[in-house]
Amino acid sequence: MASGILQSSAADLASLIASGDLSSVEVTQAHLDQIAAVDGDVHAFLAVDTDRALAAAARVDAKRASGETLSPLAGVPIAVKDLFCYEGLPTTAGSHILEGWVPPYNSTVVNRLLANDLVILGKTNLDEFAMGSSTETSYWGPTHNPWDLTRIPGGSGGGSSASLAAFEAPLAVGTDTGGSIRQPASVTGTVGVKPTYGGTSRYGVIAMASSLDQPGPCARSVLDAALLHQVMGGYDPMDSTSIHAPLPDVVGAARSGDVAGMRIGVVKELGGEGYAPGVEQRFGEAVELLTSLGAEVVEVSCPHFVHALATYYLIMPAEVSSNLARYDAMRYGLRVGDDGERSTEEVMNLTRGAGFGEEVKRRIILGTYALSSGYYDAYYGSAQKVRTLISRDFQAAFEQCDVLVSPSTPTTAFRLGERVDDPLAMYKADLCTIPSNLAGNASGSFPCGLAPEDGLPVGFQVMAPPMADDRVYRVGAALERALESRWGGPMLAQAPRLANSLVVSA
Amino acid sequence: MALTTSEVARLAQLARIDLSPAELAHLAPQLDVILESVASVASIATADIPPTSHALPLTNVFRDDVSGPSFPAAAMLAGAPASEDDRFRVPRILGEEA
Repeated sequence: MASGILQSSAADLASLIASGDLSSVEVTQAHLDQIAAVDGDVHAFLAVDTDRALAAAARVDAKRASGETLSPLAGVPIAVKDLFCYEGLPTTAGSHILEGWVPPYNSTVVNRLLANDLVILGKTNLDEFAMGSSTETSYWGPTHNPWDLTRIPGGSGGGSSASLAAFEAPLAVGTDTGGSIRQPASVTGTVGVKPTYGGTSRYGVIAMASSLDQPGPCARSVLDAALLHQVMGGYDPMDSTSIHAPLPDVVGAARSGDVAGMRIGVVKELGGEGYAPGVEQRFGEAVELLTSLGAEVVEVSCPHFVHALATYYLIMPAEVSSNLARYDAMRYGLRVGDDGERSTEEVMNLTRGAGFGEEVKRRIILGTYALSSGYYDAYYGSAQKVRTLISRDFQAAFEQCDVLVSPSTPTTAFRLGERVDDPLAMYKADLCTIPSNLAGNASGSFPCGLAPEDGLPVGFQVMAPPMADDRVYRVGAALERALESRWGGPMLAQAPRLANSLVVSA
Repeated sequence: MALTTSEVARLAQLARIDLSPAELAHLAPQLDVILESVASVASIATADIPPTSHALPLTNVFRDDVSGPSFPAAAMLAGAPASEDDRFRVPRILGEEA
């Protein structure tokens, strides 16, 4: 029974709860039990909210019993990245500097989850302030990839992706600044979508790089991601960059999955040297599959994408250095050395020295340098211009194509520890995902098979123009349908069983 | 161009972060490698290209000028490292020499 619940899609759970075949309490309890069984090994969660989750589930069951109409995902459990403010639980951003901080208000995304009666199970692990591609920069220690516990679950949202792959939650929310939803989805064999910039609200999400950050849905199926996207997205007056227009019909697109006649562009620059053979092989097969489904595939060139990583590693740290100035030990968070003698400035320096981890310090200092007088034009100013060139590459490509595709990340999950002391190697994990953050367009990652050399998941990235998020889902759904019929089930059914897992393989 | 440990120390001071000598020695060469790898942007950013600060065109957004409820002081002070008389308590703001 528990195994069936844990392996169900969110869409199926919602309809079984709505019909009364399952109670939300049963569904929630099954996931809490699975967390208790496997999270010692996986470490996806930083906090589990057992009592409130069960109480919320009981309220959904009572609503159903009284004949109230339920929203489409009512009663379905969800995991929330520990970057979203949620009253009553600590929000740490994976940092020592926010240890124990409990936010006094909810993020808009959390409010929408609650308003739609989703059941929040707890908060998931992430790289410190979402800076990393492996969750290894989390102050609370890394999350482990359920496919192979010695490997990274991606980052920054590795807690959210691992919670899905470990069947601890059927849905999760993440944020994506340079790939933090898509790269974790890719290496854990799950689905993750970065909506068009402005399509989801950033209100109450701890800021990393404000012109790039975007919350988005994480799930095990394309339809589940679309259903969550619809719940969490849409205009929010509390976010000044929120788009004041209806969301594209992402759920309709996920149900349709019809790519006949679609023009799909393979980005020439996102492949070749540095890409694992198994990644290129599975990506190529997926492209062929889309052709066989009636899509018209062409190769396109986006010549400035080769400069995207450099551009990102100037713009992002510049915004980081400014955004993280607020952790000044005065109004919230850690304070070190306040002995009655030291000045505010000394306490600030000590606190930030003790409270930030190495990667955060690296980026703040890099950003301080890029913005400093005498270097501004050469670094930050130039990066802003190249950002224009990258957006123009997208515009030109979208004149020829409805969507662009590439691998989601150049390799499969690497080993924990392998890149921690080599920042550049770590940064390259986001090579394919960064262009969409710089240009603000919609982009998602979908499972497309296991690399033959290591048996680990490969992700297929679909990029669509701003406000055409539905195309991302349309292509993702086509791929999912065709591949699952070839495999005889979801890709995650091929994942090894975790010790103590309540999931019993079929 | 090589970034020295004393330059990194100055940047850390600007960023209000205390770094130990060991951290400085570790970070300086790493930052140097990163800067070298991002320097390419300067060579392609010609004068005629307009800068992009934001992904999508933005205009200023104002809300109506009406008063709304504020957070209660107690809620805001609940997460403060120190508070006194309904206010944030901070260390002295002037140094010895002031």
